[in-house]
Amino acid sequence: MLKLELRNVVKRFGENTVCNGISLGVEQGQMVCLIGASGAGKSTVLRCINLLEPIEDGEIFLDEEDISIPGLNPQNVRSKIGMVFQNFNLFPHMTAFENAILAPKRIRGLSKVDLNAEIEMLFERFELTERMHNYPDQLSGGQQQRVAIVRALAMKPEVMLFDEITSALDPQLVGEVLDVLLQLKAQGMTMVLATHEMQFARQAADKICFLKDGKVVEEGTAKEIFNTPKQAETKAFLERALK
Amino acid sequence: MPKYKAAGMTRRELYEHQQRRRSLIIAGISTICVVVTIIFLVPLAPGWEKVQKSFFNGAVLTKTFPKLLDAFRVNIMIFAWSAPAIAILGLMIALARDAKSPALFPLRIFGAAFTDIFRGVPVILTVYLIGFGIPGLGLPRPWNSPFIWGSLALILTYSAYVAEIFRAGIDSVHPSQRSAALSLGLSERQVMKDVILPQAIRNVVPSQMNMLIALQKDVSLLSFIGPVEIFRQAGVYKSLFANFTPYVGAAIIFLIVTIPATRYADYLMARQMRERR
Repeated sequence: MLKLELRNVVKRFGENTVCNGISLGVEQGQMVCLIGASGAGKSTVLRCINLLEPIEDGEIFLDEEDISIPGLNPQNVRSKIGMVFQNFNLFPHMTAFENAILAPKRIRGLSKVDLNAEIEMLFERFELTERMHNYPDQLSGGQQQRVAIVRALAMKPEVMLFDEITSALDPQLVGEVLDVLLQLKAQGMTMVLATHEMQFARQAADKICFLKDGKVVEEGTAKEIFNTPKQAETKAFLERALK
Repeated sequence: MPKYKAAGMTRRELYEHQQRRRSLIIAGISTICVVVTIIFLVPLAPGWEKVQKSFFNGAVLTKTFPKLLDAFRVNIMIFAWSAPAIAILGLMIALARDAKSPALFPLRIFGAAFTDIFRGVPVILTVYLIGFGIPGLGLPRPWNSPFIWGSLALILTYSAYVAEIFRAGIDSVHPSQRSAALSLGLSERQVMKDVILPQAIRNVVPSQMNMLIALQKDVSLLSFIGPVEIFRQAGVYKSLFANFTPYVGAAIIFLIVTIPATRYADYLMARQMRERR
């Protein structure tokens, strides 16, 4: 049984077709990496999964339930699917802790004491306890992105989407964020990443999809994609990306 | 050894030091020139003595100033209840104009019409129309008070402007904030209340400060429909003493309030500019 499945998803912005029939399956606990040049549709796929963008055609299933039915209230789905963005998008007027507790407080309806303890545990788990009561602009990029991950995890999502989460970071800060991803993978989180970190994808991904012009050109294990790519386009992209 | 090393400065520091000293001297000289010109030249004007007597009469000023201050309390009172009402109504209009639900369509139309009308009509006209028109319906006391309807006129006019500023503030919050908040499963309403509005309001505080200052001055327009506030009181004294000094006194009182407020608004603006950079 697939945890998450996309069938022939089509997304257009006006005349511009960004996803041109994307199909993709993610099993429970898998880490799937979407690779491809900028504009290939990686980010849009993630935004569609989280229902931030309505899709023109196709279906998206979470636990074999169609979540892409037009008119469906997206809130339930979104609280099951966490998302982390390239530019962190923390709420600047709230401390790290307030960022993380906002949605659970509004939606999960737990008592304040239980919730506080739970969120504090999350910060502790990702070694952010000292920074818990700082505002985003008092944190480094890496810390901000880790807080953004904590904020998404605070909703106890079943699937996590990561949209090029290391692209806006200084090179020396990338490591601490990727470590968090490995930690999540070890704990069995189901994850979909759009990424330019080829070495990371090669080492950590269970499955890699190469996207071009809104289509999945080729998918397979890291070994298959990196060592024996079948499509010429995949080969060409990897040659450029790994240079 | 070069001069700057002897002074214990870098080359650049010495240059900037000299530049600073030079501009200080120039600014000082030019200020003195202007002040001296005014002090010496203005009294040379043929009507100066008359003007001095009728606008800058010390005796009249000391006699009327305390009473003017008293009348200014009326201004402060009207300001004090209008400002919060404007803030609330303005925010409601701003939100109404961005309402997405089709059931709220009439509200959207109303919001748009409201801002168009009240930004398009001169304040004084609104004050007249509402201030004379509504009590003209034959309302019983105290409902025919010009304080109520005059304040309402100010509230309506200023809400229209304030609403537009709030809307600009809402637009100034980057869409990625909305995406992030929605992705957590928050509802549209929660996103607006918890994420967008707090940032939007903070972004427009300096602009709204300027609206407050303008309101403080425009309260005087209510004098045309009855309330004896400072401008009207000054007019009474002008007639009594056949002297314009009470108006100057009123202006001084306004400036005592508005100059610090204006400076503060400018300071907030400047700080915001720095933060954005």
